[in-house]
Amino acid sequence: MSSVIEAAPLTNSLTAGKLPRRSSLWVLLASWAVSAAVFAMLYLSGTVDGFNLVGTVVFGTVLYCVALYVLSRLVEGSRKAMDRLVTALVTAAFIIALLPLVSIIYTTVVNGLPAFLTPTFFTESQRNVVGGGGGVLHAVIGTLLVTGVATLISVPIGLLTAIYLVEYGRGRLARAITFFVDVMTGIPSIVAGLFAFALFALLFNDPGIRFGFGGSIALTVLMIPVVVRSSEEMLKLVPNELREAAFALGVPKWLTILKVVLPTSIAGIVTGVMLSIARVIGETAPLLIIAGFTSSMNYDLFSERMMTLPVFVYTQYANQGADAQSYVDRAWAGALTLIVIVMLLNGLARLIAYWFSPKLGR
Amino acid sequence: MTTVAATTIKARQRPGDRIFSSATVIAGSLILAVLAAVAIFLLVESLPAFVADPSAFDGDITNFWSYVGPLVFGTVYSAILALIMAVPVAIGIALFISHFAPRKLAQGLGYLIDLLAAVPSVVFGLWGITVLAPLLQPFYTTLVDWFGWFLPFAGPVSGTGRTILTVSVVLAVMILPIITAICREIFLQTPLLHEEAALALGATRWEMIRMAVLPFGLPGIISASMLGLGRALGETMAVAMVLSPSPNVFFQLLTSQNSNTIAANIALNFPEAHGVGVNILLATGLMLFVVTLLVNMLARIVINSRKAFSGAN
Repeated sequence: MSSVIEAAPLTNSLTAGKLPRRSSLWVLLASWAVSAAVFAMLYLSGTVDGFNLVGTVVFGTVLYCVALYVLSRLVEGSRKAMDRLVTALVTAAFIIALLPLVSIIYTTVVNGLPAFLTPTFFTESQRNVVGGGGGVLHAVIGTLLVTGVATLISVPIGLLTAIYLVEYGRGRLARAITFFVDVMTGIPSIVAGLFAFALFALLFNDPGIRFGFGGSIALTVLMIPVVVRSSEEMLKLVPNELREAAFALGVPKWLTILKVVLPTSIAGIVTGVMLSIARVIGETAPLLIIAGFTSSMNYDLFSERMMTLPVFVYTQYANQGADAQSYVDRAWAGALTLIVIVMLLNGLARLIAYWFSPKLGR
Repeated sequence: MTTVAATTIKARQRPGDRIFSSATVIAGSLILAVLAAVAIFLLVESLPAFVADPSAFDGDITNFWSYVGPLVFGTVYSAILALIMAVPVAIGIALFISHFAPRKLAQGLGYLIDLLAAVPSVVFGLWGITVLAPLLQPFYTTLVDWFGWFLPFAGPVSGTGRTILTVSVVLAVMILPIITAICREIFLQTPLLHEEAALALGATRWEMIRMAVLPFGLPGIISASMLGLGRALGETMAVAMVLSPSPNVFFQLLTSQNSNTIAANIALNFPEAHGVGVNILLATGLMLFVVTLLVNMLARIVINSRKAFSGAN
């Protein structure tokens, strides 16, 4: 012990000693052990009831940062110690962010799987179901219809806007559109729902209006900016030489865009569209406002309330009836369905981008 | 004067060109029109709320402003708490991905964080109420026991853990991906020569980051935080499901009485609202829209001014 302290006067960090390899790992394990021992003693002495695992890990990690800093400062000098401390903190930050992701996926799978695997889950609606049983067919159909129509509206508008910004847009209008598209990505989803409600309540003079198409409009407001941004990025990647070659051959501008620019960037655009679908398919608040909820099938976007998957999850949890557990189970199963859809869309989008993107010579 | 203008060659305008280019202009202008329509329709529909009869409100609240006040407080309070928790972690993650993680892994790790943004908010709500709240509750009890003299931690502690602090933790997790993504982009734009110069002068990795990366990225960090703030202000379902609300201003973080947020209040009350009640909720939505619009515009102005002299594009 004393030899380490005697080594400390070496202040020149270039010639200072170094901690042995993997010493940070051993310090980490030791800190967790000490922290576990402290919490175990608290538990055994009866001060608290139950062993606090979260507290153990949290205080163990804090102890690790302090211990490593002190140790490194004694052996390696203050600059190196600071570097080690920051490395530890930054890595901890990354792991802290992963914990909720892992925890969410784990709990959703564990809690959702029993009801998810029920044979009736994807073949029946909730009509006349009290307690257990029934399924989410009505919500799946509703989600597909509402999101599908939203996609049909927002993809042409978003794509044309992106083409305008990249190929035509100069001056004040283009700058204004770029700026407000960015601002629109930050509109809260519930405001989009309220907008759709206010719009149709005024148009049809019906203060209690609820229908699926309104949900599509609300989702369109949320989806357009995402489509514009991603398509714009992709169109910008198309090399100018391709356009100039087409112009030199006498191809009109609009045909150049349709036959040269779009085919070159189509993979990236499809990826962007899929990611934007993944973003809006999980939106709950706007659909709760304007599409409402029901337990029956509804194939008509233009009349009556329409159930969607996220709203299904919310209502099953919020309005638990008799036999509450089966409502909670269905909520988790609906959440699992949503997560599977979103993850599939994300994965597929990345794969399309990976497979079909033009290989730039780099 | 001179005939320079007459000699410039103009491409022949074909009908296809005219139709196509005007279609793109119309689509672009439509977006501006939609944004304007959002503001106008919300304003028109919420006008009755500002002159609503005192009997339209519950309890002893007599006008719209005293109704929306606690909601605005709850919204801002929870969003700022979330921001305080999320920003340091997000900067850490962004640094980890851009400067600490092995090069080959970096992009994959970035996708992993982006997956967090793909989780639907209603799932965050379910997770918050079933996993996070019970997990944090013992910790809250300890906080109240030890630090109860400090107003935000004053008791009595909530038995369920469904407090505004839990909500802020959920919000912090939800806004992590956007802050991380923007910080990462900005950090990667740091001129490589600055970094190499710092390292060549003998700086450790942290000193290099402090002297080269962070000063360069500061405006980006600020605007990323503001975008995150915008998201946290408008987040609905997670708050609606996790929080146990009361209609008043509460500074305490750990009790079972918490100020509600605007968005969650709308989601909870809209399905049963009728008459002028609908207009009141729409008016609170208008407030939310205006606040988030201002926050987002400010953030974008900062980002855009940075773009001009960053030299990265």
